[in-house]
Amino acid sequence: MSPAPTFNHSASAQEIKTTTCYMCACRCGIRVHLRDGQVRYIDGNPDHPLNKGVICAKGSSGIMKQYSPARLLKPLKRKAGAERGAGEFEEIEWEEAFSTLAERLEKIRATDPKKFALFTGRDQMQALTGMFARQFGTPNYAAHGGFCSVNMAAGMIYTIGGSFWEFGGPDLDRAKLFVMIGTAEDHHSNPMKIALSKFKRDGGRFISINPVRTGYSAIADEWVPIRPGTDGALLLAIIHEIIATGLYDREFLVQYSNAGQLVNVDEANDEFGFFVRTEVPTEEACYEPQDKLWWDRTTDRAVVTHKPGADPFLLGEFKLPDGTPVKPAFQLLQERVKDYTPEWAAQITGIPAETIRRLAHEMGVTARDQRIELPIAWTDSWGKEHDTVTGNPVAFHAMRGLAAHSNGFQTIRAMAILMSLLGTIDRPGGFRHKAPFPRPIPPCARTPNDPRAVQPNRPLDGMALGWPSDPDDLFVNPDGSPVRIDKAFSWEYPLSVHGLMHNAITNAWRGDPYRIDTLLIFMANMAWNSTMNAVEVRKMLNDKDEKGEYKIPFLVVCDAFHSEMTAFADLILPDTTYLERHDVMSMLDRPISEFDGPVDSVRVPILPPSGDCKPFQEVLIELGTRLKLPAFVTKEGGRKFRDYPDFIVNWESEPGSGIGFLAGWRGKGGETSLRGEPNPNQWEMYKKNNCVFHYELPKSYQYMRNWNKGYLEWSQRNRITRYGEPILIHLYSEVLQRFRASAQGKGFSRKPPENLKKRVETYFDPLPFYYDPLEAQVTDKHAYPLAAVTQRPMAMYHSWDSQNAWLRQIHTHNYLYVNAQTALRQGIDDGDWIWVESQWGKVKCMARHSEAVEPGTVWTWNAIGKAAGAWNLTPDANESQKGFLLNHLISEELPSGGARISNSDPITGQAAWYDVRVRISKVGAGETAVTSPQFEAMKPYPGMKSRSSLLAFFGGKFK
Amino acid sequence: MHPAFSVIFLTTLIGAAQGLFLALFTAQSYAAFKLLPQPDAHAFYGQGSLLALVLAALGLGASFFHLGHPERAWRAASQWRTSWLSREVIVLPAFMGLVFLYGLAHWLEWHPVLTTLPGGLPVDPTAILGVAGTVLAFALFVCTAMIYACLKFLAEWHSPLTVANYILLGGASGFTLAAAFATQTAPELVGFLAGWAAIITAVGFVSRCASLYRNCRLKPKSTLRTAIGVKHPKIVQKTQGFMGGSFNTREFFHGKSVALLRSIKWFFLLAAFLLPLALLVIGMQGGAAVLAMAFLIQYLGLLAERWFFFAQANHPQNLYYQSIA
Amino acid sequence: MTQLALVIDLNVCVGCHACVTSCKEWNTSGSAGPMGDQNPYGADPTGTFFNRVQTFEVGEFPNTETVHFPKSCLHCEEPPCVPVCPTGASYKRKEDGIVLVDYDKCIGCKYCSWACPYGARELDEQQKVMKKCTLCVDRIYDMTMAPEDRKPSCVKACPTSARLFGDVHDPESAVSVAIRESGGYALMPEWGTHPANHYLPRRKTRIKIHEDELERADNPLKVDRQLPKPGMAEPTLDDVTTW
Ligand SMILES: Nc1nc2c(c(=O)[nH]1)N[C@H]1C(S)=C(S)[C@@H](COP(=O)(O)OP(=O)(O)OC[C@H]3O[C@@H](n4cnc5c(=O)[nH]c(N)nc54)[C@H](O)[C@@H]3O)O[C@H]1N2
Ligand SMILES: Nc1nc2c(c(=O)[nH]1)N[C@H]1C(S)=C(S)[C@@H](COP(=O)(O)OP(=O)(O)OC[C@H]3O[C@@H](n4cnc5c(=O)[nH]c(N)nc54)[C@H](O)[C@@H]3O)O[C@H]1N2
Ligand code: SF4
Ligand code: SF4
Ligand code: SF4
Ligand code: SF4
Ligand code: SF4
Ligand SMILES: [Mo]
Repeated sequence: MSPAPTFNHSASAQEIKTTTCYMCACRCGIRVHLRDGQVRYIDGNPDHPLNKGVICAKGSSGIMKQYSPARLLKPLKRKAGAERGAGEFEEIEWEEAFSTLAERLEKIRATDPKKFALFTGRDQMQALTGMFARQFGTPNYAAHGGFCSVNMAAGMIYTIGGSFWEFGGPDLDRAKLFVMIGTAEDHHSNPMKIALSKFKRDGGRFISINPVRTGYSAIADEWVPIRPGTDGALLLAIIHEIIATGLYDREFLVQYSNAGQLVNVDEANDEFGFFVRTEVPTEEACYEPQDKLWWDRTTDRAVVTHKPGADPFLLGEFKLPDGTPVKPAFQLLQERVKDYTPEWAAQITGIPAETIRRLAHEMGVTARDQRIELPIAWTDSWGKEHDTVTGNPVAFHAMRGLAAHSNGFQTIRAMAILMSLLGTIDRPGGFRHKAPFPRPIPPCARTPNDPRAVQPNRPLDGMALGWPSDPDDLFVNPDGSPVRIDKAFSWEYPLSVHGLMHNAITNAWRGDPYRIDTLLIFMANMAWNSTMNAVEVRKMLNDKDEKGEYKIPFLVVCDAFHSEMTAFADLILPDTTYLERHDVMSMLDRPISEFDGPVDSVRVPILPPSGDCKPFQEVLIELGTRLKLPAFVTKEGGRKFRDYPDFIVNWESEPGSGIGFLAGWRGKGGETSLRGEPNPNQWEMYKKNNCVFHYELPKSYQYMRNWNKGYLEWSQRNRITRYGEPILIHLYSEVLQRFRASAQGKGFSRKPPENLKKRVETYFDPLPFYYDPLEAQVTDKHAYPLAAVTQRPMAMYHSWDSQNAWLRQIHTHNYLYVNAQTALRQGIDDGDWIWVESQWGKVKCMARHSEAVEPGTVWTWNAIGKAAGAWNLTPDANESQKGFLLNHLISEELPSGGARISNSDPITGQAAWYDVRVRISKVGAGETAVTSPQFEAMKPYPGMKSRSSLLAFFGGKFK
Repeated sequence: MHPAFSVIFLTTLIGAAQGLFLALFTAQSYAAFKLLPQPDAHAFYGQGSLLALVLAALGLGASFFHLGHPERAWRAASQWRTSWLSREVIVLPAFMGLVFLYGLAHWLEWHPVLTTLPGGLPVDPTAILGVAGTVLAFALFVCTAMIYACLKFLAEWHSPLTVANYILLGGASGFTLAAAFATQTAPELVGFLAGWAAIITAVGFVSRCASLYRNCRLKPKSTLRTAIGVKHPKIVQKTQGFMGGSFNTREFFHGKSVALLRSIKWFFLLAAFLLPLALLVIGMQGGAAVLAMAFLIQYLGLLAERWFFFAQANHPQNLYYQSIA
Repeated sequence: MTQLALVIDLNVCVGCHACVTSCKEWNTSGSAGPMGDQNPYGADPTGTFFNRVQTFEVGEFPNTETVHFPKSCLHCEEPPCVPVCPTGASYKRKEDGIVLVDYDKCIGCKYCSWACPYGARELDEQQKVMKKCTLCVDRIYDMTMAPEDRKPSCVKACPTSARLFGDVHDPESAVSVAIRESGGYALMPEWGTHPANHYLPRRKTRIKIHEDELERADNPLKVDRQLPKPGMAEPTLDDVTTW
């Protein structure tokens, strides 16, 4: 018998350190195994609440990111005389980078702070970047939300006070039926997978609604292929059927939503479309006073809601004593969906009416007949004590398949309403919130509503991003024009709560609404995958005015890698990797909370920074200090924080507030949670505890949190929310009605400019409705018969991972997947080179036949295609020669009555990535088998490592 | 399978060497029974053995290019109990050793009579070495062929025809070479050798055609259904998990078109069998150039045949590596 | 006699490739490493991996199943790759049934790979020796690791726990129970290789709703007068007959 291959204990590591992964935004706990100071192995931390020891393909490939030759290792400035975009850089020292920046920004701040814009991508430090921008005084700040999934956040938060995305999710532990809509991977990557497999093994039924069947959908018990952009029709038809068969949870709706509240239906009245109130509201707060009316069934008259003993009609029409005709909101909903029959939806969605009906019945009957009852006593906001927590085990999850359409907001409202009809909000087996949600509808944060909020040498008077509740909250000039460069919070996109980063470059280039001076891009590849219309946007970045000045005069990029965006920088700030820096995933931003309570987490450096890399956090603190932004300096103007860790420990929202970035181990000795004095040893305590702080709520606070007195008071006490009022579900959205009314010329609030009146009136419907996506409205669907969408590959994160030697072997280029019948009708064989054309552009790529895609849809993996030479790949790498970027086909603007308007949801400004319509055709004979468009190959920059043609990584041995 | 040139040369070169040796010893046996004139031992047996040895050595040399670690090749002799490759590794040098001794004995004209057979036939060392060499030559054919024929899921190979073909094709090329060689060293044997060469070539043709016929009617035992265990008539692979190729795509796929494969097949049927057959018949009278031509064409044909032999083998593992995306 | 193996549950595998890269990551710095990569940053990058996840489409639209299919060495009980190896570098361990390659003996002749019907072996192009899944033999017996870590890297990584690890000869082990109770099967049984690794098939959950379950006595529409009761005065049988 031969012996086992030699293995000894040096095979494992000498040292194991824990931190938090950042190969994606999921933020799993990891253990980094080191051998001779080099990373030997990274695995999941079994003691971490999020991933419980598992890890994904990306997380396991962190080594190849850390040692990638695409890393930027020196601060760089554009060579004097070199054209922007040519990639000619020279190494500089940090001091020069700081002084250049500080000097420039100081001038801007002293004159017009608007001229500095800070946009950040898929990062996890919006609390800090947002604070920096506000302290600087510019309104021009946003992160990825607007081009990501703001429709999901806004659509749900404006309806149920919480959302999927990073704020809540499906309780698959107890659900019996799980409906996943338009999700390929999402942020809750590992946790979703853990939950999904457990759910299936426990016998749950999993339905996936998606034009494509891959990944999660592959293991669904039923795949419901749907035409892109039509989910609104499907959801409304399901609502139709649920109401028609009486499969809604009436008791839940009565108690916890505005279903029974009476709406003024007197068209002549100024109050038309608004709830009737018992009295004029006195307090100006962001919660809703309980001053609305029900029509009580027992006494057959209007009573104030939640009056003990009262039970309202949900359906019917009534007359108030003063003769005002009123209807319960639920009645209006029923009227709204009356014509949205399954047969109607079948025409639009391509799903047979029978299937739609069956889906409705499965949801309704499961919710009704399989009720969960947990022996958990709790008290509701009206003081009523409940012995049990009950729930209806139907859970949903949805993401960008709904969000990334210009009708996404209303579609997502429809979904949230369906979830509410089934009685599944923050109950076992349904949707569950994650701290700091739920929040009032809308949440309290507001942007300034006056251009005077922007003043030289002063912080912005308000938050750069917020949640408008009526037209008076818009951030517009007196003439109604936008204050922000991206036109967020203007009449064009009133509820653009995450900004419109995808329009920032185009707007700045055009000088509409104005020119800016310095654009700082952090962690966003805006010259490639996070921009629409990438070909033109790349030209805009380089474009000069008549005087020969760049239209965007100064571009600063902070990135860790040789991305397409860095080529356009005047100044490049090389960031560290996630293994080299401190980071916080804070309650002030998007923590990794669990259903059972708040969770925040940190990263600690495992390795020293490579080369001259510097964490962007340190850059901001240094700049803030040099610019003497109030939060970063003492009263005397001296340095307040030594560095980022020091800042995190000692910064408080207000002196003595006890609110800081981290919620764990506060108080001098780490004795308090959530609030408390700064603790000098806070980092150490996180480190000792797997870099994560998990606060488990008492069981009685874990459910029904919108209306859970105990929870709301707890949350108020801990200053998670300002108010402890119940958060009723908005089946009927008065917020939307306020905008609509103002567009109709009613009320006292601001009025939209003439050219936008119709738009606001149409889309701000207080009840969900279905409309064709905006792009489809301006497209000849016969000329462009196919919908084109992208999906996240599980083994790649956006554009980051093409530099990763292991991951890129899995996805080294991408194909366009076409339904086999659709392709064959066009004479396109599997593997053929094809042209894909939209109204806005064309790309050449290879087609693959598939039976797992709806015939009217084509799709590809997102962001696999790269510009030649980028990411320090060889110029002939597959990514640039065979891989392609769908973004070239997507326009950032749409024609709108002679003007241009963002290709976005008209309510939220959500980028409508998935609305694009295309046609495909086989390439002509003799056309080269290379992707088009092509760009001049990027060169490696000074200071970068050279790439090898052979790699034989052996952690800790070959250094 | 991806035809590896090292293995193509190995098998064809040692096949010719074995065939040549068999031709030499066949001639010697006939001569012993006085059925043929006794050729010049130095030139014919001695140089002939040297030629066989050179071919075998070239084959052996080529085989080293197939190895990742040729310096460890000696280890390959250890598993003769189970591995035909290991057996080949043992038999090949043994065969070469015997060829060497056989040639040496002839060269040194070492003919002490060791014993006499019942018919009064004297037995000298060359006869003993010749018999032993013949046994080893056949053993080597069997070992080489069984390396392929023993792989039961490579249906194209898993057949007695593979063994027959290795013997016959090696034999044919060896006898053809012997005939060509005899034009220079033993003209009196040319007709005899060319005759046998023609016969073996013809039988080889039949046997190779039989295997072609068999192979084109093979129904793969493994299908995607058994490969992934899903019962459905329509299963299509979409991805294989990597896009830039892997060992499994390089080693088991020839990557050539069906048309090329078909033309190679016709080429080798012509070049390895029909043309040499014609040339052998023509050259039987002693046409040195014709017979040299016959051997060269046949050898080229056999290179093509061997290429085709590998290319045609459809490995069940390929079911898992159908499509990248 | 122990036979260690993986059981892969296709019912929950979402094709995430975690098992692929975690395997590479562990093994490239372990006893099987380094696992070389060629053109890591160039055209057609390729390297040695012990485990790959493939995808198959079964059926035709709209009745399509997408099947993610991870595959590594199956540690056959009758491994055809072992007897053919001329050097003895390939062997099957008596004590636990793991099929291994001794990299110090392997001459890189590739013959074993020809003898594997599953395409599970890969020649490391840089070290020129044959490699394949070791069942993480350098983890599972490493006593310096915590017991819960003494599992293959891919098994630990798998977010859906689609990969089970254990002794398929022990009828009470989790893997044996899974094979027995969830229809575990072997790949290409026609070759008699008796793979130790097994696969669990897709299983479907359906809901059957009978027509008469749709409406329940407590239908909320009744509360809101939408399913009205007939009026007292409407005619009934009582009006026309007696019994
Ligand atoms: N066609 C199409 N386009 C899309 C989408 C789509 O589905 N389809 N999705 C959209 C969505 S939802 C999003 S969120 C965006 C994402 O788009 P981006 O936010 O642009 O995301 P990335 O491509 O990840 O680029 C981020 C940049 O961060 C850099 N980076 C990585 N790690 C670090 C680090 O530690 N520090 C610093 N400073 N930089 C780092 C990377 O090198 C990269 O250049 O893409 C959008 N674009
Ligand atoms: N591995 C990995 N994980 C990631 C990311 C990554 O790049 N890689 N990115 C992260 C980021 S920034 C985000 S925003 C999330 C996004 O997470 P997801 O929302 O899951 O991401 P997408 O890939 O955009 O998924 C969209 C899905 O919707 C489907 N779809 C498209 N249009 C429609 C439609 O009209 N209706 C329906 N029903 N479905 C539709 C697509 O086929 C696709 O399956 O993922 C995060 N997680
Ligand atoms: S899911 Fe994201 S955070 Fe978690 S291990 Fe994978 S890459 Fe890391
Ligand atoms: S890690 Fe698990 S779920 Fe992911 S591909 Fe591998 S077996 Fe499937
Ligand atoms: S799967 Fe292949 S390599 Fe593994 S034991 Fe079986 S035959 Fe050998
Ligand atoms: S490649 Fe190595 S392990 Fe495989 S048969 Fe040859 S010597 Fe044995
Ligand atoms: S058991 Fe170990 S070697 Fe085998 S596939 Fe899993 S991780 Fe790789
Ligand atoms: Mo995103």
